Amino acid sequence: MGIDKKSEPLNRVDGRAKVTGKAKYFAEFEVPGVTFCVMVTSAITRGTVATINTKTAERAPGVLAVFTHLNMPAIPGWAEQGNNSKLPSGGEKYRMLGSNKILFNGQPIALVIADTLERAQHAASLVTATYNKAEHNTDLLKNKEKAAMPPRMGDYSRGTDKDAHNTAPVKLKADYTVPVEVHNPMELAGILAFWEGGDKLTVYAKTQGVKSTQRTLASAFKIDEKNVQVHSEFVGGGFGMGLRTWPQEVAVAAAALKLKKPVKLVMTREQMFTLVGYRPYTIQHISMGATQDGQLTGIYHEATAETASYDDFTEGAVSMTRFMYACPNVTTKYRIVPLDRGVPIWMRGPGEATGAFALESAIDEMAYKVNMDPIQFRLKNFAETDPERNKPFSSNNLKEAYQLGSEKIGWAKRNPAPASMKDGEWQVGYGMSTGVFGAHRGESTCRAQLNPDGTLVLQSATSDIGPGTSTAMVQIAHEVTGLPIEKIRFELGNAAFPPSGSQGGSATVSSVGSAVFDVCTALKGILTEAGLTFDNGTVKPASGKSESLQDVLSKQNKTFFEVTKSSKGGEEQNKYSMYSFSIHFAEVRVHPATGVVRVKRVVTIADSGRIVSPKTAASQMIGGVTGGIGMALTEEGVIDHRFGRFVNNNLADYHVPVSADVPHIETIFIDKPDPYTNPMGSKGMGEIALIGFSAAVANAVYHATGKRIRELPITPDKVLSA
Amino acid sequence: MDDQLKNEEHTGTSRRSFLKKSSLITALALTPDPVLKAAEKGVDEQIASAIETMPLNVMINGVKQSVRIEPRVTLLDLLRERLHLTGTKKGCDHGQCGACTVHVDGERVNSCLTLALTTEGREVTTIEGLADGDNLHPMQEAFLEHDGFQCGYCTPGQIMSAVCCIREGHANTPDEVREYMSGNICRCGAYSNIVDAIMNVKQGGKKV
Repeated sequence: MGIDKKSEPLNRVDGRAKVTGKAKYFAEFEVPGVTFCVMVTSAITRGTVATINTKTAERAPGVLAVFTHLNMPAIPGWAEQGNNSKLPSGGEKYRMLGSNKILFNGQPIALVIADTLERAQHAASLVTATYNKAEHNTDLLKNKEKAAMPPRMGDYSRGTDKDAHNTAPVKLKADYTVPVEVHNPMELAGILAFWEGGDKLTVYAKTQGVKSTQRTLASAFKIDEKNVQVHSEFVGGGFGMGLRTWPQEVAVAAAALKLKKPVKLVMTREQMFTLVGYRPYTIQHISMGATQDGQLTGIYHEATAETASYDDFTEGAVSMTRFMYACPNVTTKYRIVPLDRGVPIWMRGPGEATGAFALESAIDEMAYKVNMDPIQFRLKNFAETDPERNKPFSSNNLKEAYQLGSEKIGWAKRNPAPASMKDGEWQVGYGMSTGVFGAHRGESTCRAQLNPDGTLVLQSATSDIGPGTSTAMVQIAHEVTGLPIEKIRFELGNAAFPPSGSQGGSATVSSVGSAVFDVCTALKGILTEAGLTFDNGTVKPASGKSESLQDVLSKQNKTFFEVTKSSKGGEEQNKYSMYSFSIHFAEVRVHPATGVVRVKRVVTIADSGRIVSPKTAASQMIGGVTGGIGMALTEEGVIDHRFGRFVNNNLADYHVPVSADVPHIETIFIDKPDPYTNPMGSKGMGEIALIGFSAAVANAVYHATGKRIRELPITPDKVLSA
Repeated sequence: MDDQLKNEEHTGTSRRSFLKKSSLITALALTPDPVLKAAEKGVDEQIASAIETMPLNVMINGVKQSVRIEPRVTLLDLLRERLHLTGTKKGCDHGQCGACTVHVDGERVNSCLTLALTTEGREVTTIEGLADGDNLHPMQEAFLEHDGFQCGYCTPGQIMSAVCCIREGHANTPDEVREYMSGNICRCGAYSNIVDAIMNVKQGGKKV
């Protein structure tokens, strides 16, 4: 049983709280006696702290403590966790303030805690340190020989002719670069922590997973999980950086324990570049072979990405290449290079966005080489079934999506020859690309409480970083029960609620939504047993019965009905290959004299099953495209490798797109239920909104200028020098 | 490094020595011993904090606020950490993102770049003061209707900025709105809907 009708566009159920300033993010909770923590960070990139002088800071007004590696309270769980010797990186574990070793630039060397923010900031400026500097390596290009296969991703190969990409009649060999990109959610990261006694910890956190934060803190302090309260109802963006509970968050909790006071850390924007992950610098080589008439014969795709010296971060940069096209011979390799940098973390689209830039650029290049329209070339090599797993797709409406998108953007009306179209002095280009991401579904649990007044409260320990989780969940509950939207409340962001996974990998609606669907269905069963039924938006006596909801509850001596259901995918997940797809079309203007690229118009099409919440889903798509514009044109974390330090670690110099960079974005949904993913027939959307978009822009720039830019971002200097 | 260290130690202690001396002077009637003990217990810090703060009288959302604050406190931190008006957000603390936008005497300013004391005698409006009781301001309604946000963190700053964008006469075309709203970053990427919301309010003709 599923939902068979189309959903109505609904305003966000938490929208009023957000437009009135009432929505409270982690740093905004009033905790009596709260103290303020400011971090002092390392000025070198590798070596040791020789001396650290905290005396002046300690004597500054209002200072409660200065913690360094010399006096940092022990974090019991950290001491026990093993070493890295089995990893390719092989370095020692990073233990913040656990020793005098410096493993990356910007690593915290002191925590200063004072009674006001200003006093903590001032005192932090009084901490001085001397260092024993060691040689550092932060440049991937100069350390390629250290590339190693990560334990979590082996090489992939199919086909009998491994050399087909080299021997084909038409060959393409190209290298692509994706720079460091930084999530930079608008809300600064941090934590607010306090203890009751020595074993009960409460935190207000910026996290994409309240349960995972609870687990991390419980294991760090070796206390029972139920003694860790994690609150995170509103999160000011994450894009992946909230998928870990970072060492400085654990350290702040340790400081709060030692001081027996609530401690709040709000990181600086500069620290957001070094301490909460980033999209790793990745170089990719693609070698592709095809016949003269445009049949792919072989693809070789190798990606090499940076990681920290103390962790083996791995992501799916080559995943798409394995199955996207019906190519008989495909080999993919993923390698990591340990550098003296903080550890990366998945950033929206994650590795797939990196890989799609290379693959979808290469596909476009090859289409031009064999004189085919890029869409026709994709259709010629269309994979009807998943060639990697040899399974049918649970659903795949890409062909319809290509058609809808090309009609909308006017693809056929363009002159396909490169550098052939103009608008005044601007060159005009059209480009397109495909995006894809696994339609994942994890185990999730939801509790439903039906009150005597007919209101329904749903609770699940999931998170919402902005996509509109509560809105989607209320919509699902509304569709199952028929209760009006305003009578349903979905509560999240509290680790005490029934467990769910983190908000990541575009899996929340599929996972938590299924639990909502199941628990609402179970509630219907309970009502039936009690002689009641959902009828036209209220709970009424079932036919032939006369007792109301209130009557039944008081007769059963209950204050409400409640039921909790756990939900996860079944056998169908093994039978089918489940993916969500997107097609992006971009129309660009390139200024020949200055090299400036402007995205003039965007059409983006999502084939992501049934759309549960059309309004928030459309916002997801335009948001992903906006992130994609940044990836394509503006975003790059620049490190001065002489010092191993960012030179643009702020929002004035690291250019995330602003309003003037973003045109009107048209979104189209195929909106056809997938029969196998989950009861709603939905598939994820957060990643596909961004995946591939940068290639659409690069392909449009090629169409406008005849210049192929293979290194992101496509800044004016690259356009002019290509 | 050594020089710097010495300097910092010097400046760090001189103020304290001064304060200790002055507390000694004012407490001459007392025996020196308890005074020294008081200093050790940090009583001089209390004296210091009294000297270091200054009075501020400012109307915030129509309510007169009279507080004593250090001159280094920004309007943003005054709002968030002392008055618990947390609708105004901190996104960069450097005037680069616009999340902290409020109105001072009707004009949009970055409250993170505004020392609180400079608002003496002025009128500050934050997102909490924009609605008329339970009736949302037309811009708040429009943001809701057009889904002009996702995570909601930049939203108060966007809305405060958007109201002034219209008041300034800079909302005549979508492109003009894009230009004059580019000081407010939205990382979730709601710009397309934000522009629609602002144009809708502008065309609706309601007083903002």
